[in-house]
Amino acid sequence: MFQRLPNLIRKPISFSFEGQEIEALEGDTLASALLAAGVSTLRDAPVSGTARAPYCMIGVCFECSVEIDGISHQQACLIPVRQDMNVRRQQAEKEAGDALGG
Amino acid sequence: MRSEVDVVVIGAGPAGMAAAAAAAGAGADVVVLDEQAEPGGQIYRAIESVERDRPADLSFLGDAYAHGSTVAGAFRAVRTDYRPGSTVWQVGDLGKGKRRDVVYSRNGVAETLSVKHLVIATGALERPVPILGWTLPGVMTVGAVQSALKTSGIYPAGNLVLAGSGPLMLQLAAQLIDAHVPIAGIVDTTPPGGLSRAFFHLPRALAAGETLLKGWRMVRTVNRSGVPIYRGATHLQAHGPAQGGGEQGGGEQGGGEKVTSLSFRSQGADYTIDADVVALHEGVIPNTQLSRLLQAEHRWDDRQRCFHPLTNQWGETSEPGVYVAGDGGGIAGGLAAARSGMITGLAVAQSLGLMAEAARDFTSEEQRLRRFIDLSIRPFLDSYYPAPDWIGAVGDDVILCRCEEVTAGQLRAAMAHGCSGPNQAKSFLRCGMGACQGRMCAASVTEVMAATGGATPDAVGSFRIRPPIKPVTLAEVATLDAG
Repeated sequence: MFQRLPNLIRKPISFSFEGQEIEALEGDTLASALLAAGVSTLRDAPVSGTARAPYCMIGVCFECSVEIDGISHQQACLIPVRQDMNVRRQQAEKEAGDALGG
Repeated sequence: MRSEVDVVVIGAGPAGMAAAAAAAGAGADVVVLDEQAEPGGQIYRAIESVERDRPADLSFLGDAYAHGSTVAGAFRAVRTDYRPGSTVWQVGDLGKGKRRDVVYSRNGVAETLSVKHLVIATGALERPVPILGWTLPGVMTVGAVQSALKTSGIYPAGNLVLAGSGPLMLQLAAQLIDAHVPIAGIVDTTPPGGLSRAFFHLPRALAAGETLLKGWRMVRTVNRSGVPIYRGATHLQAHGPAQGGGEQGGGEQGGGEKVTSLSFRSQGADYTIDADVVALHEGVIPNTQLSRLLQAEHRWDDRQRCFHPLTNQWGETSEPGVYVAGDGGGIAGGLAAARSGMITGLAVAQSLGLMAEAARDFTSEEQRLRRFIDLSIRPFLDSYYPAPDWIGAVGDDVILCRCEEVTAGQLRAAMAHGCSGPNQAKSFLRCGMGACQGRMCAASVTEVMAATGGATPDAVGSFRIRPPIKPVTLAEVATLDAG
């Protein structure tokens, strides 16, 4: 969905998303790195289960919420990407909803 | 952990940086909390790293963005306690003296700052644009695309459609064209007759001649680019692959559901154009989350169609010691935001006894005059690009609350069953109670309830905001007691 402009200086780093290795550049936000890697959705809406993707990229909409190193509800658009961070799709709300029978 | 400080500034955009620098320059003890990794806010987002790592990108990001380097440099030159990567999630009234508690998390550790003066400089957000299909992956905002371009040097591949109205959309179009990024189409929702609407305000706008000239150059860049422009567009709807209609209806989790096209009406004809990314924009509105949390008084602005906190000439709200600087107090743009930040910073320094009244008045008067000149283009812009008047009348199938997936029809039905205002809509529908805590639906809920009930937006009001205003883990809360 997104591509990169030519890069001359920034250092490549890598992290994992859903167990897959993703190449990024130092200074990327996590959301940008995922979009540039072709990841098109980051979470499922808790009510309908439909897939969602970043909408505002400025920390307002929470559509880029992901789980990072085991902690859920983190805003990928505000967090700089770090080497070896372990990122997963945000599904906790749905799981909580299922547990409550909702 | 808990500590006492004179001043906390929340937000490191132009207003926050200027407020902090003015207060700290006079000798105040200032802590600056900001969510981002570096200063700049949204307008100058990532300015320092762009300058350091990708200076070539400044050629298409433009002068207005490059100016952020001067603004950030002036902030860095003054000694403040700047804490990037900080998320404020509660501000409370302690009830003893005039101090307030600001609670925030940084790197998984929470801390409480007990402050005398609080400057809210959290700026603006893009007005959410509730159309059918706006929750589909690939539908985002113009500001989102611009933000990704600034922070990471990435751009949408495939068919990119810009859809909406306003200076920010024009700026992004010009930036992308200058960066040789293809744009599949510009769906311009500005109502026809912009120049005759705004003509009356042109003489005053000439006072901000440089800004006006920059805008005219952007218009020329876009018009000469050969990008198809569909003017006077209405009835926008984003479509996914499966169903021709709206976004509703299951789809397997994480499946291939993504926007594929945008349909609209322009100058009497119906169009559907292919789209891999749709970037929506209908202007920006103040981010009032913190001023609402503090229950400061807010008023509806009919021209910009949004709420803003009421402030005095120093930016102080109805809550003593709580100031709002910059676009969070009403949309005026980045240059004016820095002026109002400085004025607020001086007022804070004066009330801390660090500056004489005469010195405060003398320095702030110049800023006020400059701000008046910066603002002279606003009436022209606001009438050329009027705030959308259709949100109160959106179709029943349109989702207003993205988090809890509440439609306009559900909200109207709840009103028929006695739901009397936005706060009751929370208990009727969970509208505004999801992860974003109403940031994405508050403006639309007010519009729909006002239009449906025949009431003024001021009478309808908006959601009461409750802490924590950002998600926080119990582990983080637990660190508050540890120190």
